[in-house]
Amino acid sequence: MRSEQQYIDLFAGCEDMICHNSAPAMNALRARALADFERLGFPSTKSEDYKYTDVDQAFAPDYGLNINRLAIPVNPYDVFRCDVPNLSTSLYFVVNDSFYDKELPKAHLPEGVYAGGLRMFAERYPAIATRYYGKAASSEKDGLIALNTMLAQDGFVVYVPEGVEVERPIQLVNIFRSDVDTMANRRILVIMEPRSRARLLVCDHSIDDVKFLATQVVEIFAGEGAYFDYYDLEESSVSTTRFSSLHVRQAARSNVLVNGITLTNGLTRNNYYVELDGEYAESSLCGMAILDKEQQVDTYTHITHAVPNGTSDELFKNVLNDRAVGAFSGRILVKEGAEKTVANQTNRNLCATREARMYSKPQLEIYADDVKCSHGMSTGQLDENALFYIRSRGIPFEEARMLLSVAFTADVIEHVRLEALKDRLHKLVEKRFRGELAKCADCRICK
Amino acid sequence: MLEIKNLHANINGKEILKGINLTVKAGEVHAIMGPNGSGKSTLSSVLVGNPAFEVTEGEVTFNGKDLLALSPEDRSREGIFLSFQYPVEIPGVSMVNFMRAAVNAHREYKGLKPVSATEFLKLMREKRAIVELDNKLANRSVNEGFSGGEKKRNEIFQMAMLEPRLAILDETDSGLDIDALRVVAHGVNSLKTPENAAIVITHYQRLLDYIKPDVVHVLYKGRIVKTAGPELALELEEKGYDWIKKEFE
Repeated sequence: MRSEQQYIDLFAGCEDMICHNSAPAMNALRARALADFERLGFPSTKSEDYKYTDVDQAFAPDYGLNINRLAIPVNPYDVFRCDVPNLSTSLYFVVNDSFYDKELPKAHLPEGVYAGGLRMFAERYPAIATRYYGKAASSEKDGLIALNTMLAQDGFVVYVPEGVEVERPIQLVNIFRSDVDTMANRRILVIMEPRSRARLLVCDHSIDDVKFLATQVVEIFAGEGAYFDYYDLEESSVSTTRFSSLHVRQAARSNVLVNGITLTNGLTRNNYYVELDGEYAESSLCGMAILDKEQQVDTYTHITHAVPNGTSDELFKNVLNDRAVGAFSGRILVKEGAEKTVANQTNRNLCATREARMYSKPQLEIYADDVKCSHGMSTGQLDENALFYIRSRGIPFEEARMLLSVAFTADVIEHVRLEALKDRLHKLVEKRFRGELAKCADCRICK
Repeated sequence: MLEIKNLHANINGKEILKGINLTVKAGEVHAIMGPNGSGKSTLSSVLVGNPAFEVTEGEVTFNGKDLLALSPEDRSREGIFLSFQYPVEIPGVSMVNFMRAAVNAHREYKGLKPVSATEFLKLMREKRAIVELDNKLANRSVNEGFSGGEKKRNEIFQMAMLEPRLAILDETDSGLDIDALRVVAHGVNSLKTPENAAIVITHYQRLLDYIKPDVVHVLYKGRIVKTAGPELALELEEKGYDWIKKEFE
């Protein structure tokens, strides 16, 4: 039996409880999502886009779900120490897949801005929730989105009204905390009204070493002239599996940066869909992963230029050690009529061992005439000449390797538009390469 | 200080050095000249431990230590420095980080604590002045986008930072205009002490107008075929290498 059935059975048995512990705007999409999931199932490794990630196998184990929303005995403020100090943020937590509302930060948010739990938001503002929820991420063609839409009960929302600028970055920390193998189905919804500005930093942490499985759907709506940064920093554990699907809809003259960094993980699949629906929209999509042991990151990107004069810039880098596996599939679709599109894609990878594997596939589909599109892909080892040059100045081999590895990923971090975060990321990456990441004295995460 | 005995070395199975003998004492400057392809750069590469070359025979001692048994980084920390003929560009590694790592690696080897941030910046400033290296270059990635002259200046700047016992200058004059040549030569001369030594590899006499050698060697077909005083360089400038080649064909 394939592993879909247990989720269909689960939904059939618990639908009332799921709906009871969620909001009507979210419940409204469940029946449709179930039908889509029954029809589509999980993507199979036989399909071109999932060749390197066995979804069925990842979902086969019996994970516990917290459908009844039992309080998890954890105070995230006690167990979490942020890896990004000196960055003053409005900080929120989602524990497994429940928004933590026991102790909310003092509101530093401008009037009219909402940052908080999705369920709460959908109950309080059903009209807005219904207008956006599930509209960028459709369950119709994607079994994983269908599953998430069917089961998700809560998550996080950022809503910024027209013309409002949120100066202080908003930070969401997803904490995995459980004594038994646990599955979480999270949603993030970002609604940027025209000419609004905000930045969201999302950090994933796994505290316990049981098995975690996360499905995550992120929807970002950038209105006309809106300016939004989304930073996603994954520092989970080797026993964490994550399937994330991020969808960006950009109106005219909007500017959205998405930067996804994986420092530690188990198995991660990141799907990114960016649609430039309004003219003169600018999209920057980048990411990097540092992988060792048997870690795996499979990145799938799909940028659609639907109208003229759009710009997209894509940069992904992977550093693979030990027996790590990386995959990158970058699709750019320039639709008919999307003249004066500028789309650049770069994927560069370092394989530090013979056993590490990298699969990379650029895919450009261009149906307009007057466009500037480029793609570059390379996978190789550290530059021997540079390595020798550095050593010839007295710097030991391991240190030389570290310097070059850090340098290799530096430009992804340079894309960060938040100075404090940029500085911190440079340090974190260096620590990661030194193998001494996040060893602070008294937090649970590091024990 | 440096003693090379019957040194043979290969690259890709091809023998380039065919029995080099050379002794360099503290306080001396040796020039090594010779036609293209005679093995000059191979000799410098072998001395600093470039893994592309394989030593098949012979021995090299440096201040009593078996040099060939040391890793490239330890040779540097023992006091050998090569000014590269073609300095390598390293995008993403800033000169500041690179030099700090190098200086601290040398200090660690000597059992010293890492240099403080202020001390280090002061050191950078002092040494930069010796070769008139622009502050802007020092803040950039290593050699990235540097002109040929700037790269060579940067080599001498690194030499000033690391204060080697033995400096090997591999065609440091190539690609330099007269002004840059003067600056580089001045840098090398001002770093000269009675305790250190230099090997200057060059095609031309002109560098030796500025850096006065005590001994001049001619390397040909992987062997040192002639050794004399500074007057040999002048003779070569005048007559070329053909007369030497004829002697040894």
